[in-house]
Amino acid sequence: MKWLLLLVSVAAAEPRSGALDMSRELQAMQADDSANPGMLWVQEGEALFHRAEGRAQKACADCHAGLAGVATRYPAWDEATAAPIDLAGRIQQCRAERQQAAPLARESEPLLALAAFVTRQSRGLPLAPPEDPRLAPALARGEALFRQRRGQLNLSCAQCHEERAGLRLGSALIPEGQANGYPQYRLEWQALGSLQRRLRNCMVGVRATAPAFGAAEYTEIELFLARRGAGLAVEAPAVRP
Amino acid sequence: MNRREFAAGALLALALRPAAGLATPEDQAAAIRAFTGGVVPREGRVELDIPPLVENGNVVPLKVTVASPMTTADHVTAIALFNEKNPQPQVVTARFGPRAGRAELATHMRLATSQFITAVAAMSDGSFWSTRQEVIVTLAACIES
Amino acid sequence: MARVLLNLPRSAARGAVIEIRTLIMHPMESGFRPGTNGTILPRDIITRFTCDYDGEVVFQAELSSAIAANPFISFTTVATESGTLSFTWEGDDDFRQTETRAITVT
Repeated sequence: MKWLLLLVSVAAAEPRSGALDMSRELQAMQADDSANPGMLWVQEGEALFHRAEGRAQKACADCHAGLAGVATRYPAWDEATAAPIDLAGRIQQCRAERQQAAPLARESEPLLALAAFVTRQSRGLPLAPPEDPRLAPALARGEALFRQRRGQLNLSCAQCHEERAGLRLGSALIPEGQANGYPQYRLEWQALGSLQRRLRNCMVGVRATAPAFGAAEYTEIELFLARRGAGLAVEAPAVRP
Repeated sequence: MNRREFAAGALLALALRPAAGLATPEDQAAAIRAFTGGVVPREGRVELDIPPLVENGNVVPLKVTVASPMTTADHVTAIALFNEKNPQPQVVTARFGPRAGRAELATHMRLATSQFITAVAAMSDGSFWSTRQEVIVTLAACIES
Repeated sequence: MARVLLNLPRSAARGAVIEIRTLIMHPMESGFRPGTNGTILPRDIITRFTCDYDGEVVFQAELSSAIAANPFISFTTVATESGTLSFTWEGDDDFRQTETRAITVT
């Protein structure tokens, strides 16, 4: 009996990808690169990755080859700013410092495309957030933000996506809110979007004030979500309803 | 209007649109008559693969397959798809010839609400065949605002 | 230029039926939706897709507002001989884009 209980509790702790709760047809759309609309951004990202940019007239590809696994390790510690940085932030930083090119705004099409192209190369690999002690304070803040009630609805992320994951809100299934599919093609958006956009959705949804894209709060929540979903296979560009 | 506002408006628009703005089963029947020239299509030969339950009507994958040898003498000349309750009954009309090899069409469509979708095939011998499928669209609980 | 994803074999046996899958980045603004200021956004959709095989139309589709954003169209054609397949999307506001792919038939 003890064994059984142990098994049950371990099973409950395993993160569950939202893909498993989609219809067979949407799972097929995600898996088929010729039907997954997110691949349009991946292709755009590949072109941008190989294009020389900025005063340095350097392409991403001049320095980086074979980025498999890289996206699984973000957010990571950034020495320069002594703060955690997510993948989109790192691309922005590389662009500013190495390419010396005009900045790409958060949620801009080129930045989404580059992030999609880079993350696509980790598809199927498990999320492997870095065990960096310098990240610990931000990780703790991220978890606190995840559990903090907010907005006029006075709801925390955890109240829906942890305590009520697997239940339904209306007819819609409440997912665990795992981060393994971003950037993802959300049918509601009819476009590719980042995890920060999704976080902003939820904050606005509970009638809370959402920080501007790129704010430290988002990176901290991203850090916690990566830790919480560690081991889940990267699905980017995922398709979600 | 940016992409975000575009997406935000989408479901709200669907939710708030008065019923009068939607097509009706009669509109669908009229659109099918216009396609067939008044001929009533016979049931059969057409297969419509569309999910019976969709989580979001913005992107609904579907595939139409028609049983036909696709020879010069005997082939599908067109496949048309019709809905009952979107603003307009037409979805897509595809023209085929024997060079298609197979009478197959796959696409992603929009569904404003739960309804019947009808696929009609026009054959080179002048006959029309059809099938229909009901699709239930569930409403999203959380939409971007 | 809108981003396009084309999926088809580069070569095929003569007489083989090949599957062609296409995606193009396009909002497919339906013309039925109010914008944030309450007025209806003008329709901006792709209305026609055509596939030519060495200049001969082998597949054509007329699209409506009921086709999802970033339209996906999949169909088949018989690999008759080595040549060029051309794909054209046409739509509102004089939208027109053509992509070509060579195919080797053995």
